[in-house]
Amino acid sequence: MVKVKFTSALKQFFPDLSAQELEGASIKEVIMSIESIYPGMQDYLLEEDGSLRRHVNIFVRGEMMVDRHRLSDTLTDGDEVLIFQALSGG
Amino acid sequence: MQVLIGTSKGLMVYEILSDSAPKELAIHFLGFSVNMIFVDERTHRWWVGIAHRHWGQKFHYSDDQGASWEEAKLPSYQGFKMINGAPAKLMEIWSMQQGGADNERLWLGTEPGGLFSSTDGGVSFELNEPLWYHSSRQKEGKWFGAGSDFPFIHSIEVNPYNSSHLYVAISCAGIFESLDKGASWQPKNKGLLAAYLPNPKVEVGQDPHQLLMHPLDPNVLWQQNHCGIYFTKNGGNLWSEVFLKKGRSSYGFSLAVDENNPARSWVIPVESDQRRVAPDLKLEVFETSNFGQSWKSVSEGLPTTHTFDIVLRKSFKRKGNLMIFGTTNGNLFYTLDETPYWQLISSHLTKVNAVVVT
Repeated sequence: MVKVKFTSALKQFFPDLSAQELEGASIKEVIMSIESIYPGMQDYLLEEDGSLRRHVNIFVRGEMMVDRHRLSDTLTDGDEVLIFQALSGG
Repeated sequence: MQVLIGTSKGLMVYEILSDSAPKELAIHFLGFSVNMIFVDERTHRWWVGIAHRHWGQKFHYSDDQGASWEEAKLPSYQGFKMINGAPAKLMEIWSMQQGGADNERLWLGTEPGGLFSSTDGGVSFELNEPLWYHSSRQKEGKWFGAGSDFPFIHSIEVNPYNSSHLYVAISCAGIFESLDKGASWQPKNKGLLAAYLPNPKVEVGQDPHQLLMHPLDPNVLWQQNHCGIYFTKNGGNLWSEVFLKKGRSSYGFSLAVDENNPARSWVIPVESDQRRVAPDLKLEVFETSNFGQSWKSVSEGLPTTHTFDIVLRKSFKRKGNLMIFGTTNGNLFYTLDETPYWQLISSHLTKVNAVVVT
């Protein structure tokens, strides 16, 4: 199981949002699990081609994930996954 | 009348009456960029496109004038590729139009250049393949972006007397017409000039900024183009360029037409492509009543100095005797007078992306 935490910015679209303990051996699998709990969330995090949106950041074990296109970064039991929005101006 | 103002930080709703000052009714989607508004006059449904910086394009509708909102399913490019072979993906929803007598039909114009249609009132949308695979775009660079990475469809005009007949305007490709509900498309760009290309008379590669069909005479179309102001009286078979006056820029984005008089229109010019400010830093609206043979400034009440504002392509509307526009600097002006005297509704909005009168 991995622990997934979300930026509070997503709470305005998913009011019931809370940290989750989920199964998943990769970022891609974890996002599929998130989608089953919060339908529609995938469209907020990923582009249509399945890649991570440019201004969304995901951290695993404190480090920015690497494979933003295929989301293949592997996860192991006990990992913490943080889903943040990138900083922006304006 | 109610007016919906889509700004880069929310949707404003005002009521404008002839006998009292404009009244702010509501603010929706506070903090989010409202990049598209469409009100379907057949169903009174409000549609709003939100361009989130982080979360991408989203799409909402309301059947109770904004009291509650539902998030709609986005159109999908899944299974379609760009000319370079990369998977196509939705970048932005630019325009929406109803299918007239074709009751449940809706059209959606998007970046990267796909036109979608719905035949179930917006529950689902399908990419219009005849336009996506049009012979004119089968080589990279024939359709291209303007201020964006990819081409986008910003205007969709449906013949009110024949819902099978419609036009789309694409930056940059030009005007395309369909006579069969989108089953086939023909470019309609003769007479236009693309001064930014080696061959300015290209059939495809033009940059219309806004296209409007006259509601009484669908053969009359007006366009504010990157390279000037044009009209046609023959459904786009040949466009005629008109000039505000010698030495005056005809560059701009926004255009409005008189619902009762095809020869009458208004434009709000911009100094130039290179200097996107009000000409001479003076905000002016110009009117013609004779298909552009002559123009007069109808700008009483507008600021005359140090005005950096311009008006974007979806931010100027006329309906009945109301004319209203919002600027890139968040100024919102309206007039109800036949000879316009512009009055300020607000000077402290943010960039106005779209205006709709309902």
